[in-house]
Amino acid sequence: MTDASLHGAAPRKGRSIHQIDARTRRRNATEARFKACGIAAIAIGLFFLVVLAVAIIRNGTPAFTRTVVEVNFTLTQAQFDEAESQLFKTKAYSGFFNSALADQLTQQGIEVAFDEASIERLMGKVGNAIREHYTAHPGDLDAPVTFNLPTSSRVDGYFNGRVKRETLQDSRFLEATDLDLADQLKAAGIIKSEFNWPFITGADSGVDNPGGAGIGASVVGSFFMMLVVLGLSLPIGVAASIYLEEFAPQNWITDLIEVNISNLAAVPSIVFGILGLAVFIQFMHLPQSAPLVGGLVLTLMTLPTIIISTRASLKSVPPSIRDAALGVGASKMQAVFHHVLPLAMPGILTGTIIGLAQALGETAPLLLIGMVGFVARGYPDGFLDGFVEPNSAMPAQIYTWAARADQAFYDKAWGGIIILLIFLLTMNIIAIILRRRFERRW
Amino acid sequence: MSLVKLTASALAIAAVSATAAAARDNVQVAGSSTVLPYASIVAEAFGQNTDFPTPVVESGGSSAGLKRFCEGVGENTIDVANASRKIRDKEIKACAEAGVTDIIEVRIGYDGIVFASQQSGPAFTAFTPSDIFNAIGAKVLKDGAIVDNSYTSWSDFNADLPDAEIAMFIPGTKHGTREVFEEKVLLIGCEETGAMKAMVDGGMSEDDAEDACLAVRTDGKSVDIDGDYTETLARIDANTNGIGVFGLAFYENNTDKLKVATMSGVRPSTETIASGEYPVSRPLFFYIKKAHIGVIPGLKEYAQFFISDELAGPSGPLAQYGLVSDPELAATQAAVEAEKTMGDSM
Repeated sequence: MTDASLHGAAPRKGRSIHQIDARTRRRNATEARFKACGIAAIAIGLFFLVVLAVAIIRNGTPAFTRTVVEVNFTLTQAQFDEAESQLFKTKAYSGFFNSALADQLTQQGIEVAFDEASIERLMGKVGNAIREHYTAHPGDLDAPVTFNLPTSSRVDGYFNGRVKRETLQDSRFLEATDLDLADQLKAAGIIKSEFNWPFITGADSGVDNPGGAGIGASVVGSFFMMLVVLGLSLPIGVAASIYLEEFAPQNWITDLIEVNISNLAAVPSIVFGILGLAVFIQFMHLPQSAPLVGGLVLTLMTLPTIIISTRASLKSVPPSIRDAALGVGASKMQAVFHHVLPLAMPGILTGTIIGLAQALGETAPLLLIGMVGFVARGYPDGFLDGFVEPNSAMPAQIYTWAARADQAFYDKAWGGIIILLIFLLTMNIIAIILRRRFERRW
Repeated sequence: MSLVKLTASALAIAAVSATAAAARDNVQVAGSSTVLPYASIVAEAFGQNTDFPTPVVESGGSSAGLKRFCEGVGENTIDVANASRKIRDKEIKACAEAGVTDIIEVRIGYDGIVFASQQSGPAFTAFTPSDIFNAIGAKVLKDGAIVDNSYTSWSDFNADLPDAEIAMFIPGTKHGTREVFEEKVLLIGCEETGAMKAMVDGGMSEDDAEDACLAVRTDGKSVDIDGDYTETLARIDANTNGIGVFGLAFYENNTDKLKVATMSGVRPSTETIASGEYPVSRPLFFYIKKAHIGVIPGLKEYAQFFISDELAGPSGPLAQYGLVSDPELAATQAAVEAEKTMGDSM
């Protein structure tokens, strides 16, 4: 209290009879400088946050729209049979589609000169979408069907500003005259922009087909990994910390365990990946590229985080609660499970969610167990298959896209970051709500 | 206790999954990052056009892929290794020691290695192997003597080249591309500049001189890139004078950012590489474990699909992307059909 009054009195000159005015001024100046430094630090942090957010949103939004060509297309039974008899069926379908589109454009009297090659450059990989439609709806054969099929990634890039006419040179993939055609089709309403659902729901695609790439399958991969992490690390972590905190005797063994848990929390995640490769795949013969193995590796990584936060929240429950429970005749276990654990639950859950969020964003350990690369299996066939069928994870998918030659994948990577951030934000918000809701203060 | 139940169910799930894991039904591929784009195109089409699941293709470099390939036979090892160079005798031996004896070699086509710089940078439009060697060789021939490389600008040794600081980004040693770069550029450059002869005359054995030719200066003028071409591109983007080593397909996908230089007067393109005029090209391969054929469903079909005329042929999607298709594709198709392993007489 005396500090405060001294503080308040100091700036008023002349009222003090002591000769410390100069010193006080210096001290106040130091304090002001320190405050300024603090504010500057926050400002710098905020600045980078804003830059990052703006960059992510600006670079990522193109991934959420796609440029499509809306065409009425009729596939005859004969064409269907012919395509199905070939080895490379999807190419046959896109061939039929491209020539039908060329015919249609000639009939509509498009002014710009074009040939089938330019249509081919204009359109993306459409064969699979057509094949899937007709194998699912054989009744649609020989009748016109309206298709919304993606254009090539460079035409898409042209309409959202990534590909510019000026920089378009020496490219085999798109020529300047193709852009004239694209402009005209846009004016005619054949080319339009729409929300990119396949990006949300689809799986990865080959490097020549950025329009078909989606993050959905890897979201499912991440989901199954998180199930494994939650299912293993929460019970193991909570059981370990309850024993260590409430039951274990205080001796050098428990001290050693404690030190090692703290050390484990600081181990770089790639180490867990190597461990996962050696133990789970090479020794236990679990499948490669499976979310199960990914989940096990991430469990190892998350355990220390959960144990540390659980112990902290158990420690914060006042001893009086335990004493009162023991005093009315509860056993040690009853005291812990009926009284201490429920009170510590919000802290435990918060720690768990933070640990999960950390695991969700991890790529390095997945590199070694085969989840980073071209994994485009799509959705698992069933719930249990989801654990063992090869799949990717969100951050791994983003990493893969960022390394591809076609710049369109770079947009996809940013779009993937937005999706990943949405998940992380949601998890953190849940953690905050849980803490706010159930936190008790003593 | 709910905790007990949770644990029990988690363990049960793990157990069930582990038993389900016994049969892998997809092809597992790893290896060269140069082959990865082609393999991913094939894998996607294979999943779409057949009833087999889409294969998993991992990257990591030729050497890393072949190392994993040679770990042994069994479902927890990979079936196919992609490589941007031929498998080495050392690797075949390592494979054999681990029980991988029957290896089928499949050549899928050719790939050009190009030298490209920033679109708006200095006019790096024509190189010869000698230029590259003089720029980044550890020891070069200067005024008739072998000295440590002290050149700082391209015009120091070739007046036709721009007066710009030397900054080359070359593939790291774990990449198959590095080997081709050494063989077809550095070594040739070393011979053409006369450095090789001077080294041998100076008392070095032929082999030592060759090794000395391949040594790259370590003063920061030449940077090894261990990542993918995107990393090289990012370094070029940030450095006006930077010259990067890329695959032809990567360059063709990024013509808006990169300009390519001719090598010994030939401009790289699928045509000049196919005709052999462009000197810096190499075959691309993948290697199959014969023991896995018939065990892993779809493995042979994947290999056949990969090298079919529809995909690897001159008008297929691989050529579209930048692969120079192999004129002897038919022979390769026949070899895969017959499951001819490397030991068999050709």
